Amino acid sequence: MVVVSLVSFMLFNFVGDPVDNMVGQEASYEERVAMRDNLGLNDPFLIQFGRFMGNAMQGEFGISYRIQRPVADLIAERMPATLELVIISAILSVFLGIPMGIYTGIKPNSWLSRSFLVGSLVGVTLPTFVIGILLIYIFAVGLGILPSFGRGEAIQIGWWSTGLLTASGWKAIIMPSVTLALFQMTIIMRLVRSEMLEVMRTDYIKFARARGLPNRTINFGHAFKNTLVPVITIVGLNLGSLIAFSIITETVFQWPGMGFLFIQAVGFADIPVMAAYLVLVAVIFVSINLFVDILYFVVDPRLRVDKTVAAGN
Amino acid sequence: MAENQLGVTRPHDLWGRILDSDLFYSFKRNPVAVVSAIATVIFFIGAGFAPWLAPHNPFDPASLDLMEASTPPAWIEDGMSKFLLGTDDQGRDILSTIMYGSRVSLIVGFSAVIFSVVVGVSTGLLAGYLGGWTDAVIMRAADVQLAIPAILIALMINGVVAILLPRNMQVEMAVYVLILAIGVSEWPKYARVTRGSTMVERNKEYVAAAQVIGVHPFLIMLRHVLPNVMGPVLVFATLGLALAVITEATLSFLGVGVPPTTPSLGTLIRIGNNYLFSGEWWIILFPCVALVTLVLAVNLLGDWLRDALNPKLR
Repeated sequence: MVVVSLVSFMLFNFVGDPVDNMVGQEASYEERVAMRDNLGLNDPFLIQFGRFMGNAMQGEFGISYRIQRPVADLIAERMPATLELVIISAILSVFLGIPMGIYTGIKPNSWLSRSFLVGSLVGVTLPTFVIGILLIYIFAVGLGILPSFGRGEAIQIGWWSTGLLTASGWKAIIMPSVTLALFQMTIIMRLVRSEMLEVMRTDYIKFARARGLPNRTINFGHAFKNTLVPVITIVGLNLGSLIAFSIITETVFQWPGMGFLFIQAVGFADIPVMAAYLVLVAVIFVSINLFVDILYFVVDPRLRVDKTVAAGN
Repeated sequence: MAENQLGVTRPHDLWGRILDSDLFYSFKRNPVAVVSAIATVIFFIGAGFAPWLAPHNPFDPASLDLMEASTPPAWIEDGMSKFLLGTDDQGRDILSTIMYGSRVSLIVGFSAVIFSVVVGVSTGLLAGYLGGWTDAVIMRAADVQLAIPAILIALMINGVVAILLPRNMQVEMAVYVLILAIGVSEWPKYARVTRGSTMVERNKEYVAAAQVIGVHPFLIMLRHVLPNVMGPVLVFATLGLALAVITEATLSFLGVGVPPTTPSLGTLIRIGNNYLFSGEWWIILFPCVALVTLVLAVNLLGDWLRDALNPKLR
C-alpha cells in the first residue's frame, strides 16, 4: 500500500504544470509565479513530498487546483454516493451470483442453467458502459420510468448524504447498480458453478450420498462450504474492481461520486484530486485484501489447524 | 505424400499440414469456432481495408454534406440508400466510420497485446529460468500490479503520460500513449503464465542437455524454452485482444483515449451517447453492436483455442 501511495504521488508530483491549466493564455509571468508560490509548487521535491505525506496521514490532501476547494471536502462529499453504489452492487452480485452459480452447478443440464450460462456470456462480453447505455435507452428513453442521471434526492445525515431514504433516490440507484453488478455477478456465478461441478465429483460427496444424507445437506453443508475459499478470494478482489469500474458507471449515469470526480480531475490535470483518489483507493484495496486474508481463517479450518500445530512445535 | 511408420499418409506442404492438423480438425468440428472465426475475419478485412472498402471517406470534409446529417438507416423512412446505416450529426456515413473505427480499435488492441506479450513473456522467462532474486523482484512487481484492476492502471498511466507530454503533441501521441497504458496494465498475466510453464520446462532433459554443451542461458531461453511455452501465452493473447479492445473502448468512451479526429469504436459510442435522447439511436447503436460482435467473436475463438490446446480435453 505504501508502494502504491508513494508511486502515485511521486508520479503526480513530477507531471504537468497545473498553473498552465488554471490560468488563461493572457496571464503574465508575475501572476504565474505568485500562483505557484501560493500553491507551494516552488518548494523542493522532498519538502513537497513530506508535506503531502504528513497531510495525507491527517486526511488532508490540499486544495483542488480546479475547483479551489479542499480535496478532503470534495472527496468526503462524493464518497457516500460511490460507496452506496458499490455496496448495493456488491450485494446484488453476491446474492444473485452465488445462488445462480449453485443452481447451475447442481443442475448443469436444466434449461434454466443453460439460459443463465448464455446470459453470463453476454454479461462477460458487454462492456460496462454499453450495458449502461442500453439500460438508459430502454428504461429512461424508451419507457421513461427510471431517471437517466444523478442520484435523485439525497438526505443529509451528518456528513453522510444518502439517497437510500427517498423514493427518487432508490429509483436512481437501480440502473447504475445493476450496470455495475452485472459483470461481477457473471464472474461470481461462473466461478461458483465450476467449483461446484468440481466438488460434486469428489469422493466425500459420493460418500455423503451413500450415507443417505438429504440433498440439501449435501449441497449446502458439504459441497458449497468447500467452494467458499476461492469464491471469497474472487469476491474480495472484485469488490476492489467494483470501485474501479464505478468510474465508468458514474460517468455513464453522471452519478455524483468519486469516480466521476476523478475522471474530471484527469481531464484538467487536477493533481491533488487525482493523488487523493488513488491513495484512497489504495487504502480501500489493502483493507479489502487484509479482510479477505482474515476471512480465510474463519472459513478454512485447515489453516487454523496448521497454525496451532506450528505453535505446538 | 509420404508414409510414416503407421502407414498414415501425411501431406508435405505447409497448407496441407495445416489442413491435416489436430487443431484444424477440432476447428472443423466446432461450429461456434467457425462462425466466430468468420466474424473475426470479416472484421479484420473490413477494418484493414477500410480506405478501399468503405463506401465513403468520413474524414474527408469535402465529401460531407450537412444536408445529409442525421439520416436514419436505409430501411427506415427518410433513409437514403447510399447511407446503409444512416449518418451522424455531421453527415458522416455510420458504416464507414465503424469500419475506420474498428481499424483504430484493432490497431490499438493488437499493438497493446504485442507490447504486453513481449514485456510479460520476457520477464516471465527470466523469472522462471533464473529464479532467485530476479524471480522474486519480477513476481513481486507483478503481484502488486495484479492487486489493482487493470483498467485503473491504464487510466492512471494514460492520465500521467498525457499530462507529461507537451500540449501540442498530446493529440498526435494519444494513440501511442493508449497502447502503452493498456499494454502495461496487462503484462503481469503473461509474466505469470510464462513463468509457470518455464519452471516446468527448465527441469526437462533437453534444457539440461543444452546447458551441458555450454549454450548461453539467453540462447536456451529464446531458442529452446520459448517455443515450448508459447501455447498458453497464445490463448491468453487471444483473450487479451478482446480485453484490450474493451479497455480501449472504455477509455475512449471516458474521453481519455483516442481523440475524436481519429475515432475508435469507443469514441464513436461516446459521440453517439450525446444523441441518445434525441431519438437518433442509430448513431450509437451500430458502433455498440460492432464492438460487442467483435469482442464476442474473439472471446469465443479464444475459448475454443484454450480447449483445443488443452491436452486434458483432447
